[in-house]
Amino acid sequence: MKVEAKLEFQTSTAPKTGADLLIDLLIKEGVETLFGYPGGAVLPIYDAIYRAQGRIQHVLFRHEQGMIHAAEGYARITGKPGVVIATSGPGATNLVTGITDAMMDSLPLVVFTGQVASTVIGTDAFQEADVMAITTPITKHNYQVRSIADLPRIVKEAFHIASTGRPGPVLVDIPKDISAGILTEEPEEVLIHLPGYQPTIRPNPFQIKKLVDSLSKAKKPVILSGAGVLHAKASAELTAFAEKHQIPVVTTLLGLGTFPADSPLSLGMGGMHGTYAANMALYESDLLINFGARFDDRLTGNLKHFAPNAKVAHIDIDPAEIGKNVPTQIPIVGDAKEALIQLIDETAGLEALEHQEWLEHLEQYKQDYPLWYQHDPHGMCPQWLIEAIHKITGGDAIVATDVGQHQMWAAQYYNFTKPHRWITSGGLGTMGFGFPAAIGAQMAAPESTVVAIVGDGGFQMTLQELSVVYERNLPIKIIIVNNGALGMVRQWQELLHGNRISESILHSQPDFVKLAESYSIRGYKIDNQEDLIAKLPEIFALNEPVLVDCRVIQQEKVFPMIAPGKGLHEMIGVKPQ
Amino acid sequence: MKRIITLTVQDRSGVLNRVTGLLQRRQFNIESISVGPTETEGVSKMTLVVEVGDGQRLEQVTKQLNKQIDVLKVSDITDKAIVVRELALIKVASSSQLRTEIHGIIDPFRADIIDVSKDSLAVQITGRPEKIDALIELLRPFGIKEIARTGLTAFLRGYQPQVNEFAAYSLSK
Repeated sequence: MKVEAKLEFQTSTAPKTGADLLIDLLIKEGVETLFGYPGGAVLPIYDAIYRAQGRIQHVLFRHEQGMIHAAEGYARITGKPGVVIATSGPGATNLVTGITDAMMDSLPLVVFTGQVASTVIGTDAFQEADVMAITTPITKHNYQVRSIADLPRIVKEAFHIASTGRPGPVLVDIPKDISAGILTEEPEEVLIHLPGYQPTIRPNPFQIKKLVDSLSKAKKPVILSGAGVLHAKASAELTAFAEKHQIPVVTTLLGLGTFPADSPLSLGMGGMHGTYAANMALYESDLLINFGARFDDRLTGNLKHFAPNAKVAHIDIDPAEIGKNVPTQIPIVGDAKEALIQLIDETAGLEALEHQEWLEHLEQYKQDYPLWYQHDPHGMCPQWLIEAIHKITGGDAIVATDVGQHQMWAAQYYNFTKPHRWITSGGLGTMGFGFPAAIGAQMAAPESTVVAIVGDGGFQMTLQELSVVYERNLPIKIIIVNNGALGMVRQWQELLHGNRISESILHSQPDFVKLAESYSIRGYKIDNQEDLIAKLPEIFALNEPVLVDCRVIQQEKVFPMIAPGKGLHEMIGVKPQ
Repeated sequence: MKRIITLTVQDRSGVLNRVTGLLQRRQFNIESISVGPTETEGVSKMTLVVEVGDGQRLEQVTKQLNKQIDVLKVSDITDKAIVVRELALIKVASSSQLRTEIHGIIDPFRADIIDVSKDSLAVQITGRPEKIDALIELLRPFGIKEIARTGLTAFLRGYQPQVNEFAAYSLSK
């Protein structure tokens, strides 16, 4: 393949450029939507997008952070990589939070950034940033394209790496002379050759047998189900396995929906704001089977007290997660679905396991220590608000949240019974994530009801994307759980910092209804439960975006809770005070 | 504990940055690092000496290195039968009268004098890091003006006895 890279003025009849080739390659990868924002270094790419009209959809956001979170929401729902385009320098650096978020939560993204021309890289040129160095620790892999001839291989590898094994973000940095360079010959087909990247999919049968052996002896087994089950699309297998052997299931924050919350075997979410039953099950268990969770500190609490009596089996596609935080006796590297299929096969002949006593014991915990909150007839309880949303959506909406108290309440009270309904920033805890993520989700699932449950603090970080919602008439229901505060910060200050409420009250706020209206979006302000019940059917019947500013009780706290440094068995706020 | 870790990597831009960045992020101290081409075109070898807190952290960093797309293989060869070499250049203050004396010191180390000037000379030594350390100590009284060390490089010996203990070859013991 011969290429010559030179800058030329492009017209619509101009010969094919590196950028045109890029768009062709994206279409070949099955990309339908680009989440993008133009700028100087990507002008040749935007020329190619212009020429490709009708072949690929481009969605113009209002800030690079908004668009990358939208791409994350899209990836979470479709399982396919979200594709992002930003310009060099500030365009690229504005993506950093989203890339890190995707890295922490294993979301597949392919991010294209423009770069100054190869000839001036390293000269501190206008809008130049060392994107490769900046993104090395926050990407699964990154590339800088050095020649047009490399584009087909790099694009193919980028999509392969982002979406296989443990998914993650891959960044491709494209200097302007590459995207503007003229292609003289159609490139040849390329095959992926990545000798250093061979994810293990099929678990070792010997390890599976070891787990079956331990399971047949266990008296107090418990399953921990994480987001790995979502990536493997293994919820059905997980449910079948748990039900067959009557093993109770705890889900992680990101694993909500991998196991139906209404099953008698479901203990709910574990961790800092998990249920008492879930945490005590982990604490007391003698066999902990972890499918695709990474034993994050918000789940484990103090590691010294984590599952002290349990033999730990950990199924993960990423070998580096096994044994990282929790000593693991039965390590199983592989895809959760493959492991579950093997486990179901291996245990087909196993007689009914005897742990009725254990199940009854946990059921007692569920009865004695359910999630609780105090109803207030005069104000609106945030927990009640989540329950009301659950009711009106039949528990089947796609729910995207921001980070903080409202996120925990949504996790606790929106009982997810199906997978791929829950979008939240778990690992990085990114405020400003929820609303744009809902946009990406609605694009991925135009027929689904999508609810963005956000706090008044986080919403103000990325609310400029209301423009996109209006332009595309995305019927997202934006529920602002408005307590006039950075609620989780305030809660920690109250409980752990001697009630010194330092800079966590938002004394002035925009009129959110007028704000919505200024974007031509319908807005409601509701401050009591009665009005909400009256209005909700109307709000959810509208096939257009709606913003609902829900004024909730400011003092409400998220309980129960494991204070930092404490063990799973040391929950506070397990009973009404 | 000190460990010798070798990596075979694809010779692509950014791979050294990824490796050192990863070690820094996981709070490992790199004592030395050497990189060079191998017998296979496009494949480089890195030899790292790192200070690691315990076995669990060592396992974690090995796994994290293995996860890098351009890293082909990671081996902790500390406890294997290995050949370890480092090269050092030592510039020693020396008048012409002292040259013979210095010669006498460096000779048993099989080191060479590779540069001589009016008031200094340069010694080249190859060997295990301890041997180099020992020579540096012996030369110190003469006044060392400059030292440049390559960091060690190592690989497995052709024959690996079926025994697990190789105290003689271990840096950590």
